[in-house]
Amino acid sequence: MNRIKNYLNTYSEASTLAFFRLAFGFMMLFSLIRFAAYGWIEKFYIFPQYHFTYYGFDWVKPIGNYTYLVFLICGISALFFAIGYKYKFSAVIFFLSFTFIELMDKTTYLNHYYFISIIAFVMIFLPANAYFSVDANQNRQKSFQKIPSWTIDILKLLLGIVYFYAGLAKLNSDWLFKAMPLKIWLPNNLNFPVIGPLLNENWVHFAFSWTGAVYDLTIVFLLLYKRTRIFAFILVVVFHLLTKILFPIGVFPYVMIVSSLLFFDSSFHQKSLEIIAKFFKSGKSVFSSANDKLIMKGNFFKIKMGILTAFVCFQLLFPFRYLCYPGELFWTEEGFRFSWRVMLMEKAGYTQFTVTDAKTKKSFHVNNSHFLTAFQEKQMAFQPDFILQYAHILHDFYQKQGINDPEVRAESYVALNGRLSKLYIDKTIDLAKDHESFQHKTWLLPFQDDIKGF
Amino acid sequence: MKKIIALFGFIAVLIACSSSDNEGEVANNNYDRTTLLTNWADNIIIPAYENYQSKVNTLSAEAAAFTALPTVLNLQTLRVSWLEAYKAYQYVALYNFGKAQDISFKEITNTYPANIVGIDENIATGTYNLTLFPQYARQGFPGLDYLINGLGANDTEIAALYATANHKNYLSAVVAKMKSNADAIVADWNGGYRESYISNNGTSVSSSVSKTTNSFVKSFERDIRSGKVGFPAGMFSEAPRPTDVEAYYKKDVSKVLLATSVAAAKEFFNGKYFNASGSGEGLKSYLDYVNAVRDGQKLSDIINTQFALVETTNNLLNDNFITQINTDNQKMINAYTTMQQNLIYLKLDMMQALNITIDYVDGDGD
Repeated sequence: MNRIKNYLNTYSEASTLAFFRLAFGFMMLFSLIRFAAYGWIEKFYIFPQYHFTYYGFDWVKPIGNYTYLVFLICGISALFFAIGYKYKFSAVIFFLSFTFIELMDKTTYLNHYYFISIIAFVMIFLPANAYFSVDANQNRQKSFQKIPSWTIDILKLLLGIVYFYAGLAKLNSDWLFKAMPLKIWLPNNLNFPVIGPLLNENWVHFAFSWTGAVYDLTIVFLLLYKRTRIFAFILVVVFHLLTKILFPIGVFPYVMIVSSLLFFDSSFHQKSLEIIAKFFKSGKSVFSSANDKLIMKGNFFKIKMGILTAFVCFQLLFPFRYLCYPGELFWTEEGFRFSWRVMLMEKAGYTQFTVTDAKTKKSFHVNNSHFLTAFQEKQMAFQPDFILQYAHILHDFYQKQGINDPEVRAESYVALNGRLSKLYIDKTIDLAKDHESFQHKTWLLPFQDDIKGF
Repeated sequence: MKKIIALFGFIAVLIACSSSDNEGEVANNNYDRTTLLTNWADNIIIPAYENYQSKVNTLSAEAAAFTALPTVLNLQTLRVSWLEAYKAYQYVALYNFGKAQDISFKEITNTYPANIVGIDENIATGTYNLTLFPQYARQGFPGLDYLINGLGANDTEIAALYATANHKNYLSAVVAKMKSNADAIVADWNGGYRESYISNNGTSVSSSVSKTTNSFVKSFERDIRSGKVGFPAGMFSEAPRPTDVEAYYKKDVSKVLLATSVAAAKEFFNGKYFNASGSGEGLKSYLDYVNAVRDGQKLSDIINTQFALVETTNNLLNDNFITQINTDNQKMINAYTTMQQNLIYLKLDMMQALNITIDYVDGDGD
């Protein structure tokens, strides 16, 4: 108990959190601009007729042209967040708007969006505006030289969870002993200068797989220890740039590279901030703080600590929820999302639907492209919750068209990590009769193979 | 900060060093997409289009002979060249990109069932612009099928109709459109498109390998599986639709057209030269190169075995699909199912193994 108290009374330089606030905020702004510039708002959220919502969040979906407004609000809040202007408020708005965007359609689900939501949520509770911020500059009483160390460590912990859990997830027989899915992905880069030809070599696939697993499991520890930190950072940069070049993974590598700078000494962050200040020709005064330490206490602080503790415990446990489900996780995907299973499988599907009139028993095939975009169809084809949701979309649509109590059946084939495609769903089941829940989906056919490990 | 700069410098040097090490020894291990594309262009696609062009030229000459002298004999000669050109078309229908896509070649050439009300109207009014979308179902092979097989109860009746200028003009216009399209595509391939096609040898969605493979799979799915068998057999509707068969008015050639298209698909998959012995790089050799083994078997073998099964199953069908549907539609459904299985191997397992994205799907992954 005493150790905890002592720990809560340890202080660090506020420059670290200020640096992270700036870097994270501007990176988010940049990602949002990139997203909009590619025309993806229209393509993913405005154009599709139907959206795949998250269970329990069915009310979160694109709101027509107002969706642009949500992106605009998100972008502005990211900017205010970055410069530390009305920080608390901006952080709340950024968290809410970003999470709203993330939840609008699970077709675009990405682990790093979830990571951003998590960081944004926690940042609401952290005094990231105590130093080198517009808030601190406007009201010197709110500026502090030092802040409690835990406010920085909690971010390191969350980053550590991402890496370590991603590493654990790689400890499975497909990844380690079959070099899957890298064996499928790497040869795609044969035209890559210099190392291209190597990427079709068996040993290279294994080397990449094992190195990746070891990297994920150890990188946080290497970053934590001062002696290995520089080396670890080199690894972070090389690793993420390599993944950036080899795979289409957007801004994620940059988010991870910049986040790992958190582990550096505060002197590094201080110097970086000074360079920024110099660039904008602001005087030394921006670095003078009215107060020495930010002391957090009182009931409000206790509530805050309670929320954050519960949140971290949730983060530690939630990725293991797959243990509650029978069957192979990669096959059923029950408990797959939100658990740092990153680039773990090459899975694709081919799924066609038959609608039957319950009275006349007449049936016909559905043309998926009449309902879904190519991207949605691709994602739908191998994920059970998408298939179920789509079955209901079809049921509702054809009911309105005058089909009596439409029965919806799926013929679905799925190929996973270099196995030949197999029938995925019981063809005889009327999916319109089943409803989404946290229960195991009994109409999934067995995987008929074994992937051992986490 | 100096440290960080030094660090980036170090990484740069590291990457640069590791580069010079490997160049010599493994340079020839690279799968040569240029060879693949060259084989596709020079030995398969261009010869197939040139063959189609020559068959359309014959068709055009016979059509001219018939309109000049509309005898039953000339009608029958025209009919033979129509079928020959129709078969040649099955070999080019797989390659819907470049000029072919620009001029809506496939839609203009083979949209069926033909819109016979529209055709009658065109003949009667004598005014039409065959390039327009609403006209797609009033021309091409299905349009000709109606014009030379469906206008009357027998050949004498049909030939007699071509005494009128309107009939002659319409037949000539349809054939002229087909000829100008064939000429345009061949001219484009021989006039520079070949070079840009081959040099676009990357892996992006707009690369030639991706475009060609997508077009091939899409054609197998929509034209062959659905169009020739699935739609008429009623797989996509509440009841069978025999009026949807290919060559509905000629009736007894639906099977040979199906068999020709499956042969074209199979030969393309294997990189077999068009109308000549021998073969080069193709999807099969590409799959073998990336060691695509599924359940202990080469994926290329799995696909070829299924192609053989498709041929056997299709061979059980009646020459006349209308008869087949009305007497024993189950055989049609079997043909559909067997092709469906190969479609899954092609569209799912093969595309996955070769890492080719289906159509244009971008966005980030993780």
